[in-house]
Amino acid sequence: MPIDYTANLHLLTPEFVLTALAFLVFTVDLFLPESRKEWLAGLSVVSLVAVMVIAILMRPSGSVELYGGLIVVDSFGLFFKIFFLAIGVGIIALSVEYGRDRFEYRGEFYGLLLFSILGMNLMAMSRELLTAYIALELLSFSLYVMVAYGLREARSNEAGIKYIIIGALSSAIMLYGLSNIYAALGTTFFAGIAEELASPGTVSPVLWVGVALLVVGLGFKLSAVPFHMWAPDAYEGAPLPVTAYLAIGSKAAAFALTLRLFAEAIVPAVDRWDEWQLVIAVLAAITMLVGNLVALAQRNLKRLMAYSSIGHVGYALAGIAVLGSDFALAAKSVVFYLVVYAVTNLVVFAGVTAYYNRTGQDNIADLAGLADRQPFVAAAIAIGLFSLAGLPIFAGFTAKFYLFAAVADGGFLWLAGVAIFASLISLYYYLQVLRQMYIERPPNPDHAGDGHELAEDHGEDHGHGDHEEPPVAPMPRPSLLLTATMSAGLLVVVWLGVYPAPLLGLIDAASAAIVPLG
Amino acid sequence: MGNFDQVSLLLLVLVPLAGAALAMFLPKDRPRDAWQFAIFVAVVCFVLSVIVFVRYDYGAGGVQMVRAYDWIGHPVNITLHFGLNGIGAPLVLLNGIVLLGAVLISQTITRRTRDFFVLLLALGAGVFGVFVVRDLFFLFFFYELAVLPMYLLIGVWGSSTDFGSFLRTKEYGAMKLMLMLVAGSILIWVGILALYVASSQAGDPTFNIDKLAALQQSGAVSRLTQMWVFPFFALGFGVLAGLWPFHTWSPDGHVAAPTGVSMLHAGVLMKLGAFGIIQVGMILAPQGAEVWMPVLIGLGTVNVIYGAISALSQNDLKYVIGYSSVSHMGYVLMGIATLHPVGLAGAVLQMFSHGIMTALMFAMVGAIYERAHIRDSMILNGLIKRMGTTTFFFAIAGLASLGLPGLSGFIAEFMVFTGAFRTYLPLAVLGVIGAAITAVYILRLLARSFFGEADPQWDHLTDASPVEKGVGAAFVLILIAVGVWPAPLLRVINTGVESALAVF
Repeated sequence: MPIDYTANLHLLTPEFVLTALAFLVFTVDLFLPESRKEWLAGLSVVSLVAVMVIAILMRPSGSVELYGGLIVVDSFGLFFKIFFLAIGVGIIALSVEYGRDRFEYRGEFYGLLLFSILGMNLMAMSRELLTAYIALELLSFSLYVMVAYGLREARSNEAGIKYIIIGALSSAIMLYGLSNIYAALGTTFFAGIAEELASPGTVSPVLWVGVALLVVGLGFKLSAVPFHMWAPDAYEGAPLPVTAYLAIGSKAAAFALTLRLFAEAIVPAVDRWDEWQLVIAVLAAITMLVGNLVALAQRNLKRLMAYSSIGHVGYALAGIAVLGSDFALAAKSVVFYLVVYAVTNLVVFAGVTAYYNRTGQDNIADLAGLADRQPFVAAAIAIGLFSLAGLPIFAGFTAKFYLFAAVADGGFLWLAGVAIFASLISLYYYLQVLRQMYIERPPNPDHAGDGHELAEDHGEDHGHGDHEEPPVAPMPRPSLLLTATMSAGLLVVVWLGVYPAPLLGLIDAASAAIVPLG
Repeated sequence: MGNFDQVSLLLLVLVPLAGAALAMFLPKDRPRDAWQFAIFVAVVCFVLSVIVFVRYDYGAGGVQMVRAYDWIGHPVNITLHFGLNGIGAPLVLLNGIVLLGAVLISQTITRRTRDFFVLLLALGAGVFGVFVVRDLFFLFFFYELAVLPMYLLIGVWGSSTDFGSFLRTKEYGAMKLMLMLVAGSILIWVGILALYVASSQAGDPTFNIDKLAALQQSGAVSRLTQMWVFPFFALGFGVLAGLWPFHTWSPDGHVAAPTGVSMLHAGVLMKLGAFGIIQVGMILAPQGAEVWMPVLIGLGTVNVIYGAISALSQNDLKYVIGYSSVSHMGYVLMGIATLHPVGLAGAVLQMFSHGIMTALMFAMVGAIYERAHIRDSMILNGLIKRMGTTTFFFAIAGLASLGLPGLSGFIAEFMVFTGAFRTYLPLAVLGVIGAAITAVYILRLLARSFFGEADPQWDHLTDASPVEKGVGAAFVLILIAVGVWPAPLLRVINTGVESALAVF
């Protein structure tokens, strides 16, 4: 049967438009004088919003396949597309001021960002292993460049090299896995794999190797332990907005791909192959424990956030592990968790960026006394961290409760217990950051580096607050854009914490699109 | 009033939360405005709590003022389900009283005042919430909300204690408290999930307490599950109730906290733990409760004796009260563990009585510390000479705590012992010995620091401020009123106790 490769091609309009706009950004960049490069940020935001609108307007009813089933346009893909585009807007908001002061070639940065979002969109829509792989590479290659964007910073260059080497290694592993799967089953379509897996007959060792390598490759992209070692270095070296993007965007995209892959290729065969659940569950448990435990020892904020994000990947993986039990609940809780995690991290990173732009510091101890110097920035970071730790009334609590309930309901009560325990560990290091901001005194401008004074200050009784406050090193206000980003993010964090029902309704519709038939 | 009953419990949670949210927008540098605004919110809460308590119909009993709002539907079915029972009603009243007292006493907070009251009101909202919801998700939600502000409240506004050879910093106290309490919530969370899984397997996934209780009655929650879930709840909530050997956060935390926070914390927050053991552990896992109660009463007795002996060996006034709280929470735990109507009612009455008297003690010690800048009972002496009113109020609270007839502590402890004598005689005897030790350390403290000769170095002290006097007088009146006429409280408590014990 000949396949009509042009059927329904118009449904890809959002992706074509995004590609065109990315090229447009590159082109305009050539003609803009250095002082007006900010326009490109505006142009990129307009592009992202335009693509969002187009994607919503052109959504088909039900799911429609393109290119003979390589790509599917459905509500799951649509939800993630909107999600990714919104993340893109957030990252641009973080980049404008940072880029003005610290990037050499700002124009290309926004173009690369648009291309990486294109890759993420395609990851959420692929229904075939090689298509998914190419989409993933489009994301990765953009990220390789973006991580190394701090051209004059040794740290950034080092991070870029590490990231590209480990990234290439993981891609190679994944490709080898794909080739094994193809050798064993003769297909790379998700549906075809599900069919082959579910059919009776002996499973060849080649297939085992293939699936195992595929999981390893995905583990690298998700930075699940023990495939996480690139993450802390890349996070620490990358420019802050890119760190945020790594933590939020690339994770969410990798999970979108993982969700669809498991839902359409592996879960239908769960009866014959339920050991995979245990494998993922153990992987999740190790990831959350190692991520959170190692985070305890960090002194640098970006490294701390790297390990914290590894911990969060562990929680979400726990949700993946129970996909085979109650699919709708598990998929819903994972997607909800991803959204909450993204918004909360965006708030934290906006706060950290606001601080970094003014001071050039990114160690935890540097935050001392931030609550006295810039109360709003401190409050934003604090609320973000509380939400990440899973405390009410913030979104993190609701998301964790929902996710862990799904995990427990799926027959992995022990895993939910481990996850809750890991949350306790994470609370400790989040509180250390809080302690610096709220309890420690800000560095004294007159006695910079005078340790003796601090030690004396310690024993003094703060209960009688009516002594004069020591002078506080002034810190300029954060930029309006970052303040607005933080405010908007905080509103969403509280809103999702107290009334998540509307978002859950949307997620319900999205995850319904990938419910396995079996 | 019928319409009001529909929303009164919602308001009880919403008013302090909205107050906290609004307080964020107050000007930063006008501490007095923040204080007055907080007083306004606390007065509204107090009035609401009185109305709710009075409107609770003890004749009808059961869960009243029910109102449910859908929150997350299928498949997890979480509802914001309000409802008050006879055990929650007096504790709501207690929180209304102590919250108002704590806000009034916090006049002395002048650093970052606005932030202080934002956190204090959020804490108050959390406590109200736990007492009035009927859904485990929200119970846990509010429980965490009540615990969460403690870290900053102690860490920012607290005080460190110098023991000479070592220093107990406020950061230490705050972190220890936070980690131990959240470690307790791990157990609670896992327990809640286990019950949810049981309900899900029975085909009706829910977090609703009443539905889960009905499910348990129908035998859908296996005995094995109840057997392991109950200790999770008992230990998890027990940490907050000061259960030995997990009480160690409590003295350090109380001492490091500023006065108003100590009042709220020892006064009502520790009661959340005991309330949780009854409301969640006992009602939802009764078969487990029956098996484990002998252990709990044993630990409760250790609490009484151990807390009392520790208080005996402390010189710092706040540490004495801190350990005395551990000791008194032991009576509450003993009363709960009797599973006897009189003992359990005594436990709930003790929660109320101890909440008032310990808050009063912390308020008065705070007043002394504010002026003398020292809390060492070996150095302080003859306080009655300069701080007569303070001494009087502290003495009344002390006498209530050692169980003097005519004050609230006597009735509560008497009821707990009555329950215990009928069920666990030897432990009851030990409990009475604990009460005797209480008399020793309280009377010794009074004799040493408050009465007797005064050094001239204390001549500069002034007596309590009008606000402190007002709070003290009101709390003393409550102690006396409950002591001579406990019926209004007890008849409400008894309906609650009856339905709690109906499952056994």
